[in-house]
Amino acid sequence: MANKYREVAVSEFFEKNKHLLGFDNPTKALLTVVKEAVDNGLDATEEAGILPDIYVRVKNIRNDIYELTMEDNGPGIEKKYVKEVFGRLLYGSKFKSLGEEGIQSRGQQGIGISASILYGQLTTGEPAKIESKVKNKVHYSCDLHIDTSKNVPVIENEKNLETAKEQGTKIVIKLKGSYRKSKGVEDYIKYTSVTNPHAHIVYVDPENKKHTYKRVTQKLPKLPKSIAPHPHGTELGTLIKMLSRTKSKTLYNFFRNDFSKVGDTVARDILFSFQVRKAGLKQTMKPTEVTKQQAESLLTAMQTAKLQRPPTECLSPIGEENLIKGLSKEYKADFVTACTRSVSVYRAIPFQVEVGLLYSSELPEEQSIDLIRYANKVPMMYQQSECAIHKAVVGTQWRRYGLNQPKGSLPIGPAILTVHIASVWVPFISEGKQAIASYPEIVKEMKLALSDVGRRLYRYVSAQRKKYAEEKRIKIFTKYGVEVATALSELTNENEEKINSWITKIIDKQRL
Amino acid sequence: MNEREKLVKELEDYFGKKVLDDFKNERNPSIELIMRTLGNAYYNEKKRLIMLGNKKEKRTFLSLGQAKKFMQTLLIASQLKKNLQEDQPAIGTRQLFYLLKHNIEGTNENTFDEQRKETDPVVEDIEVTLDTLREKLGLFAVPDGYLVGSMKVYDRKTDDTLDYTKMGLGGGAIPALVEDEYYHIKEIGAKFILVVEKYQVWQLLNQEKFWKNNNCLLMTGKGQSARAPRRLLARLNREFKLPVYVFTDLDPWGYYIHSVYKQGSINLAYFSEKAGVPDAKFLGLTTKDIEKYDIPKKNWIKLNHLDYKRIKELRKYPWFKKKEWQDELKRLEEFKYKVESDSLVAKKIDFTAKNYLPDKIEKKDFLS
Repeated sequence: MANKYREVAVSEFFEKNKHLLGFDNPTKALLTVVKEAVDNGLDATEEAGILPDIYVRVKNIRNDIYELTMEDNGPGIEKKYVKEVFGRLLYGSKFKSLGEEGIQSRGQQGIGISASILYGQLTTGEPAKIESKVKNKVHYSCDLHIDTSKNVPVIENEKNLETAKEQGTKIVIKLKGSYRKSKGVEDYIKYTSVTNPHAHIVYVDPENKKHTYKRVTQKLPKLPKSIAPHPHGTELGTLIKMLSRTKSKTLYNFFRNDFSKVGDTVARDILFSFQVRKAGLKQTMKPTEVTKQQAESLLTAMQTAKLQRPPTECLSPIGEENLIKGLSKEYKADFVTACTRSVSVYRAIPFQVEVGLLYSSELPEEQSIDLIRYANKVPMMYQQSECAIHKAVVGTQWRRYGLNQPKGSLPIGPAILTVHIASVWVPFISEGKQAIASYPEIVKEMKLALSDVGRRLYRYVSAQRKKYAEEKRIKIFTKYGVEVATALSELTNENEEKINSWITKIIDKQRL
Repeated sequence: MNEREKLVKELEDYFGKKVLDDFKNERNPSIELIMRTLGNAYYNEKKRLIMLGNKKEKRTFLSLGQAKKFMQTLLIASQLKKNLQEDQPAIGTRQLFYLLKHNIEGTNENTFDEQRKETDPVVEDIEVTLDTLREKLGLFAVPDGYLVGSMKVYDRKTDDTLDYTKMGLGGGAIPALVEDEYYHIKEIGAKFILVVEKYQVWQLLNQEKFWKNNNCLLMTGKGQSARAPRRLLARLNREFKLPVYVFTDLDPWGYYIHSVYKQGSINLAYFSEKAGVPDAKFLGLTTKDIEKYDIPKKNWIKLNHLDYKRIKELRKYPWFKKKEWQDELKRLEEFKYKVESDSLVAKKIDFTAKNYLPDKIEKKDFLS
């Protein structure tokens, strides 16, 4: 039962859901493949406590066929797990519904590397090439494709390589794509490096140009923790799924073991509530025997039960220091600031908002600011105007903070704004995972963070303006001072140089 | 020390030494100037002149709004000083403007861009503040006036003797500088001066030898008079005791032109003492003349809203407060028409010269 629920006929599913999976057009498809590969590399290294060294290359093989190479310095994958990790679509922790056991991970962002392999295979007919090296084991390589009729990964051409490499994984995928410079792969990698200043990333673009994004901190981000769902944030579908899959033998144990913040009292409160008893449920019942109707009454009881807020120590924010470091390593900063809010909760799901702001005279002054949106440290490249982040930025009164802002638009000015939301379960508006739903709690937190950096920006900008006005004053006095000296010299027969030095002195005194 | 040397010293002291002291002592350099605004002009009842008060304003260097004007003031002061010292020929303010206009080093800005808005006001500031006239500072205002009649003048600069009975149809142009040191009046046969507002009226009277037949000087300032004709009029009135009669259109603008000859103007209030003729008489046209001389209605023009507005303004000026003027202004308002002095020809071409003017003068029928 469980297995059937989880695994769908792969190619069929893929064809039907191409647009949801991020393969709706060649440009987006190439970006999605790069994204999946880079996220995998970052996750693999971080989880192993290793500072990431990521190498990415996009090569134009012919016409619209591209080849992506991604190599990381992670722990590598044991030969026997390669099939599982790269070949099974919808395998593992990637597909989740609201309220299920969760962990803040990049993986939430996409369907997984296997979909990219399948896309490459469907558009070029070529398998993916995988190399992996686990410490003290052989350097192993193979070709991997998916047998779409049986939905199983097939490995061919296995080899052991002579190597000096200690550890890491490399994947090469050929695919049909289209490369664009702005808001494409290059920006994606640059944006990724901004929020991952602990990573060293090298990117070689189709013109064979090497872009190096340096590591500016040696500190790995704190690893996010997995948390059990909180009863208040659980939906009916999730509850039914959980009931069917639990290892707990009784309903009482199910509540105690499979949820967070549920102790003996809470579990009894739920199970002895009027609705639950009326539905004929007992605490000793097997969870798998609960019917849909009974689950509904359980859910009602769960949602009215008095509970502590969900645990908040599970998230891994970028942190103000790293936001600042990340931004200022990629852009020349005249002023840079950041704000990490404390953890907040929407629908019983913990989330955390962070904002970074960089102001630079080298950026265009008359254009909208550059807004870079992140969910769990991954940049979102599409659907900006539908995103809660965009809504929060547009809904902030930037004029108060010294930037122009046309009504209903992003502010104008030489600035870059990064907004990050970290959550166990990020509420994307669709499976495309490019925009965040506008829950009032989330928008509110974002606005608070934005006003916070806004106020700091204002202090900077007004100090700058004051300085500029002062410079302007002095420039004007200096300019006319030259003529004044000439005239005064004529009127007094005093030496012009001398007069000039007095004038300079008095103008200098004008500096504040 | 002659007058020129005295002025050079004043320019040096006031715009040079004082400012230099400010710089040396690290004070914000400033020049104190007498204000030339309406707020500082007043009517002196005793002298019957519009005069300038003593209100002063500071022009400072270290102020964004004034820095450029401060610079321009010093540039003009130093140029005037130089010209006086070198005894250069008098120049007009347009020429002064070109002498000083140049690019400010290292910028794309000029010292001066507009003569009327930048050069002229500073010249006036200096005149007022040093209590002198531009004519003495080696400058002249562009004159626009003509004169004929029995008068002989010796021009000291050109060494010419001018006989104003022999000036032909064009008459003698009034020069820019009419002070005695340039323009020495040697002989006067005329008994009074008739000032005519309109050049065409003056021209007709000249052709008819009105000045000869009535033994007078016939002068025009061509509308609102420039400085030189007013100054000359004042000299003739004061030094040769010649009565002055003014002949203008019948409208508030004509009344005002008369008042400027008589009491001076707000703009050039500091010039009134030099150029005002408080005893000048207004010959016409007056409202009463229209009926008295039977000026045909076809030549009347309806007063417009600007005329009415101007009448209201005139009634408020202190120098129009005399009963005869208040009555005249009221009559004009009620009459609802204006009449140009040119229109008298409609009765007969020589009506003005043969009938109207001699009759008015003989009967002393004027407003004062």
